[in-house]
Amino acid sequence: MERDKNFVLGVYDDEDVLLDAVTRVRESGVKIHEVYSPFPVHGLDDVLGYKRSRLPIAAFFFGLLGTTLALVMQFYMMKIDWPMIIGGKDYAAIPDFVPVTFELTVLLAAFGMVGVFMISSNLKPWGQARIFDLRITDDKHVMAIDIANNAGFGEEAIGDVLKATGATEVNKKSFE
Amino acid sequence: MAHVTNYNLNQKFDFTSAFKKSILTVMVIGAVLLAIGVVLAIFGGGHDSAEEGAGHAFHWYQRLYANLWINNVYFTGIAIIGVFFFALQYAAQAGWSTGFLRVPLSFGYWLPYAGVLMIVTFFIANHDLFHWTHSYLFDKNDAQYDKIIDGKGSFFYWPMDKGTFPVFYIVRMFLFFGFWIFFFNKLKNLSYAEDLNGGNDYWYNIRKWSAFFIIFFAVSSSVSAWDWVMSIDTHWFSTMFGWYVFSSWFVSGLAAITLITIFLKEKGYLPMVNENHIHDLGKFIFGFSIFWAYIWFSQFLLIYYANIPEESVYFIERLSSDVYGPFIFVNLGLNFVLPFLVLMTRDSKRHGIFLKLICSLILFGHWMDFFLMVQPGTLGHNGGIGFIEIGMLLVYVSGAAYVVFGGLAKANLVPKNHPMLEESYHHHI
Repeated sequence: MERDKNFVLGVYDDEDVLLDAVTRVRESGVKIHEVYSPFPVHGLDDVLGYKRSRLPIAAFFFGLLGTTLALVMQFYMMKIDWPMIIGGKDYAAIPDFVPVTFELTVLLAAFGMVGVFMISSNLKPWGQARIFDLRITDDKHVMAIDIANNAGFGEEAIGDVLKATGATEVNKKSFE
Repeated sequence: MAHVTNYNLNQKFDFTSAFKKSILTVMVIGAVLLAIGVVLAIFGGGHDSAEEGAGHAFHWYQRLYANLWINNVYFTGIAIIGVFFFALQYAAQAGWSTGFLRVPLSFGYWLPYAGVLMIVTFFIANHDLFHWTHSYLFDKNDAQYDKIIDGKGSFFYWPMDKGTFPVFYIVRMFLFFGFWIFFFNKLKNLSYAEDLNGGNDYWYNIRKWSAFFIIFFAVSSSVSAWDWVMSIDTHWFSTMFGWYVFSSWFVSGLAAITLITIFLKEKGYLPMVNENHIHDLGKFIFGFSIFWAYIWFSQFLLIYYANIPEESVYFIERLSSDVYGPFIFVNLGLNFVLPFLVLMTRDSKRHGIFLKLICSLILFGHWMDFFLMVQPGTLGHNGGIGFIEIGMLLVYVSGAAYVVFGGLAKANLVPKNHPMLEESYHHHI
């Protein structure tokens, strides 16, 4: 069976039940594809065993790019292209460069971080959103399990595990 | 999630005689260093013959006064920031900090001592610290008449004649300390009464008084910075100075709160304060170190860029001085670069060992910040960091610690009937 196409969905009413369910489903050996919830559930990342986001690394390098660009730009303008004496200072007076450098660092780090986040979480303009269940935007938590990724379990067996952990419904969802 | 809420809420901080002894040992060491410093200063010269000729002989006790003033201003700041942090939690309706809320509150116990020390020091040392206290500056017939200081004279002497007795200045000093101590007592008594009686009314009442205090503190923190620190360099002024002193006070206060909270946790107190609360305190320190650097640099950049002589004199006096020049960079390193780099990662804010190191360095760094504000204008090239400075700092640290821990031991360590205590247990980030 092809991966990332056919899912079993467990629908949960309560976030405390959900947190407990995630732990128990993982203990039973079923691999969870993703959990969707209408609001942030504290501790969900921990029980899902997610590693910490690598987004800060991207932010650091975009920030570094901003710093470099700002310094190169200012040195080129103030020292090489159009030297001007301001306040009796050297053409390239470092303290004067600090505000612009700071702003460009923050700007590029922020833009870079937002861009990387958009692309990596499939919010890019050309991305196609996959809605597992419309009620995840309202009052239900949905745990999605990729059938192909759990070859040891049948569709039925996964459904039973979800039911046993407190899922109010078990549905099936396929994407093209 | 586990809901463990059976903490011992009646725990009290036990100010043991062993701990008292170790604080007093530090005080004795400080006093000995101070005495060595004074003896060295008396017999080791420091008399500059060229200056004596100009009528401004340097005496060893001036350095003592300057040190008293540095520590008065610095420890007053930490004490009032404790009360301010407490008030801030109520005004912002914050629940996360409830577990360790008694720590910042107890800083206020130092305020009465700080007030007495400040006022006594001012009367003993006025001519040696504050140039504007000389009456000849305001006498048009005197050779040393100073037009600029004469223009600012009313700020110190109103409603009396300039050059007589600084009524307005003294009244402000009494007013600030009086109101700060009043607000501290009000908040403290309400918080202690809540322990006994419970109920949500206390919380609303404390929030109301917190709001009043914050309004008063907004004005008084700025004006006290002009009075106690900026007026040393009487000719010079900076519109950012109030913020500059406040940010220095705030970050040192936060460092002190964090250090004492971690210390109490290591002693086995405050079991409900976990790494999430410590993490938020670490974020506060990280953020306000940057805030301090932002203010420091903003003040510097405008003066540097505009290059107006009467403004730039402040930085020329410091940066081009052999005595103070290096300390400017140590100051920036300790108070900005180091906390910025070390506290950037999440782990360093969640583990006590990094925070203990950084908080101690920040507390020393901001003492140095006040050293750099006070000494160049009072001692000139006769200043520096020596036995007197270190000794006096140790005496003040141990004195303030003795008073604050004594205050902490007076009541419950946890505000046990605080309506947001439950929220504080489950703080999670």
